[in-house]
Amino acid sequence: MRKLTQKIRGLKKTTKVDFATYLGVILAFIAVTLLGRFGLLNRSLTGMLVPICAYIVMAVSLNLTVGILGELSLGHAGFMSVGAFSGVIAAQSLQGAIPSAPVRLAVAILVGAVFAAAAGFIVGVPVLRLRGDYLAIVTLAFGEIIKELINCLLVGYDSRGLHMAFNVSGSLTINDLGLEPDGMAIIKGAQGATGTTTIATFTAGFILIMITLVIVLNLVRSRAGRAIMALRDNRIAAESVGINVTKYKLMAFVTSASLAGAAGALYGLNYSNLAASKFSFDTSILVLVYVVLGGLGNMWGSIIAAAVLYILPEALREFADYRMLVYAVVLILVMLATNNDQLKALAGRILPKRKGAADNG
Amino acid sequence: MEFLSYLISGISLGSVYAIIALGYTMVYGIAKMLNFAHGDVIMVGGYVSFCAMSYLGLPGWLSVVLAMAACTVLGVVIEGLAYKPLRQATSLAVLITAIGVSYFLQNAAQLIWGASPKGYTPLIPTTNAQGEPNALRLFDGQLSISYISLFTMGACIVIMALLTFFTGRTKLGKAMRACSEDKGAAQLMGINVNATISLTFAIGSALAAVAGGLLCSFTTSLMPTTGSMPGIKAFTAAVFGGIGSIPGAFLGGVLLGIIESLAKAYISTQLANAILFAVLIIVLLVKPSGLLGKYVPEKV
Amino acid sequence: MAEKKVFEKGKMVPVPSVSIIPERDLGKTPILECSHLGIDFGGLTAVNEFNITVGRTEIAGLIGPNGAGKTTVFNLLTKVYQPTRGTILLDGMDTHGKTPAQINRMGIARTFQNIRLFSSLSVEDNVKIGLHNQEKYSMVSGILRLPKYWRQEKAAHERALELLSIFDMEHMANYQAGSLPYGAQRRLEIVRALATNPSLLLLDEPAAGMNPSETAELMENIVKIRDTFQIAIMLIEHDMNLVMGICEGICVLNFGQIIAKGTAEEIQSNPTVIEAYLGKQQEGGAG
Repeated sequence: MRKLTQKIRGLKKTTKVDFATYLGVILAFIAVTLLGRFGLLNRSLTGMLVPICAYIVMAVSLNLTVGILGELSLGHAGFMSVGAFSGVIAAQSLQGAIPSAPVRLAVAILVGAVFAAAAGFIVGVPVLRLRGDYLAIVTLAFGEIIKELINCLLVGYDSRGLHMAFNVSGSLTINDLGLEPDGMAIIKGAQGATGTTTIATFTAGFILIMITLVIVLNLVRSRAGRAIMALRDNRIAAESVGINVTKYKLMAFVTSASLAGAAGALYGLNYSNLAASKFSFDTSILVLVYVVLGGLGNMWGSIIAAAVLYILPEALREFADYRMLVYAVVLILVMLATNNDQLKALAGRILPKRKGAADNG
Repeated sequence: MEFLSYLISGISLGSVYAIIALGYTMVYGIAKMLNFAHGDVIMVGGYVSFCAMSYLGLPGWLSVVLAMAACTVLGVVIEGLAYKPLRQATSLAVLITAIGVSYFLQNAAQLIWGASPKGYTPLIPTTNAQGEPNALRLFDGQLSISYISLFTMGACIVIMALLTFFTGRTKLGKAMRACSEDKGAAQLMGINVNATISLTFAIGSALAAVAGGLLCSFTTSLMPTTGSMPGIKAFTAAVFGGIGSIPGAFLGGVLLGIIESLAKAYISTQLANAILFAVLIIVLLVKPSGLLGKYVPEKV
Repeated sequence: MAEKKVFEKGKMVPVPSVSIIPERDLGKTPILECSHLGIDFGGLTAVNEFNITVGRTEIAGLIGPNGAGKTTVFNLLTKVYQPTRGTILLDGMDTHGKTPAQINRMGIARTFQNIRLFSSLSVEDNVKIGLHNQEKYSMVSGILRLPKYWRQEKAAHERALELLSIFDMEHMANYQAGSLPYGAQRRLEIVRALATNPSLLLLDEPAAGMNPSETAELMENIVKIRDTFQIAIMLIEHDMNLVMGICEGICVLNFGQIIAKGTAEEIQSNPTVIEAYLGKQQEGGAG
């Protein structure tokens, strides 16, 4: 035991934080599962478990772009949307081929991740040449474009395979796909996905969070992660030591997009009806709020912020109509308080000072 | 002829975007922040003028003046309470605060006026007492331009001219430009930076109120989320034309209106916004600082 | 004015009479050859007709009054700016059209006048980022932590500490780079540049803000770096003790033009330099 504690103490601070994050997620999963077994969770909370997992993955993945790469993205919901609808299409059309729901869910999440990664690549190549607020506004624009394109999408499946149509004029309906009588409509334009078999589970959400954490945390602590953070801290210096700017910006952006796609697939398969308008600019902003309040570059912060802030509007239910107003005020006050110099100085005096201190690694 | 009428409706819609974008570009130029609450100030302006007309029975022009006064106060209060304490904070912190303010305004409006849309009487009625359309008829009535469209275009040009004169020639305008260039240096030259920033917010919010009245005259309906999309589009317009540039915001706004109107008419109503944003992206990739913006390379 | 001969792209060509290549590097391909290098910003000619040859293990100095275009020359060499005219040959290879990152991989590393560290990262990570192109494991091995990852990370850790030991900075490895004192930040930048395994090291005012004893130590270390790594070093510096003390060849720039090239003695006695740069005050000049 003593040896173990010594070994833990000998680890680097970052490694300790990473292990604590994994451990925290595992403990939370066990606790929630047990509470559920004993019937201690109310229905609305049980219904929120999968979306919370999806939003945690969203927040951690956006933190990779905003916190680690240092580029403000306002279109993250667009990638979630791509993942959600490609995941739903995959899951629905593979019902016959893969009868096992968990396997089908895994495949759907993978499909969602791949399609979102492709979208991330297409968006990233031109966008990452821009800087600062210009990049922010263009990612926002891409998010809206993705939303409108999916709004025009008609997809159905029958024994002959997948049928797709792009409803540019607005006059087509699902009937124009010419499905066989036993065929199934998967996406009906602006109505979105309807009649989806909901196969997402809390356990799957937990596993996805763990995979996301392994990918993001290990990436950050590797050669590629250092290159990405170097670009964030000082692009010109990073170039001067031979770091390929486009390659590493794209790597971070595409990884982030694909994880958002995986989260989207999980989310999409949790609802039998889902419209593209769910993944609007507001959703991107919501996730950004989680990331900023959780702390830039701080993954466990993102996890906690996503979970707490997703539940908060529900918890504020007693304020009835005022709850979103209260939420807004809380948001503003938290931002004012965390950026207040006097409060910071106070916190600095109470908490032990760490800055510049050598850890024992 | 059909094309001409779409073009004109595009220009008048674009003029509304331009008015919002002018306010946005000034605020961005000085505060260097994406003020997501700006669109919601438009919405508040719309509601104030709506109330003044419907409940107090005031004429359109007076309602808009009242809305301008209310929004000016609102803008200065928001700046003072929410943004001023964050002057030294990161731009992301300010952005999130602006989002908080936006949520606040939308939900406050929902509590006060309800979520369902209100019918908005255009500032200049579409038909006169005889039931004839209130419009300028050209080419034997083949082309009709409503007076509210003409008024919007005129207002936009006048506002742009006034702002150009103000920032270029007056002492306060020069102080504003100095602050947007370098706040520290401006302060050392004896400029009251805080007052200048408040003034900018006041002007931007007053313009938003005007835009609110005009926008609702076109859409003839009003609800708490009315301002969000026009706010985003106006910001897009400001970026499109080159953020910080007054003629740029004007040009960007008008072009955006034209693109939107023509895309709706000839390509697809559903994809109009997608087309609009796609054009923005293409322009930014070709000219990374917008149509009329100047590119400042990073100093090594 | 006897003409010396050096190799250029494998053939003997005459170079301008005041070549500043030290004897021991003659007969080898020079590490750097600039000919007719120049850049215009708008209508302004910032640098013009910049011709210079630097030997493989030479310590060269680039001096001149403020605004003479010295840092612009470094920015041209590292392609932060693309030259308007002229060619740069690095080890005989044309660097035309290369990006700053490619230039670094070809062998030029630099430091910056206004320090550019990765200030939120640790000192060790700053050096490891310099080692980026010598580590060769992929993103996937990094995420899955394959044996290759552990092996190369261990090697990088050891190499980073070894490089930091040049300036006795190993004990600072876990400090945050931005929290270091000014002098240590400058030294860390040099270590980071060295980590990229360059054949030419550009130092932009390495002694700025240092006191005389720190500067003396820095001079020793620059010579030590050259001797250990057998590389060429080109530096911009206003401290004349440093320049005259260690630079074998010195190039004087004024208004973007080279006004003199030569050894320390030659530069100190050159009347044009004295007038343009050192001014009339003799004591403000060379030491």
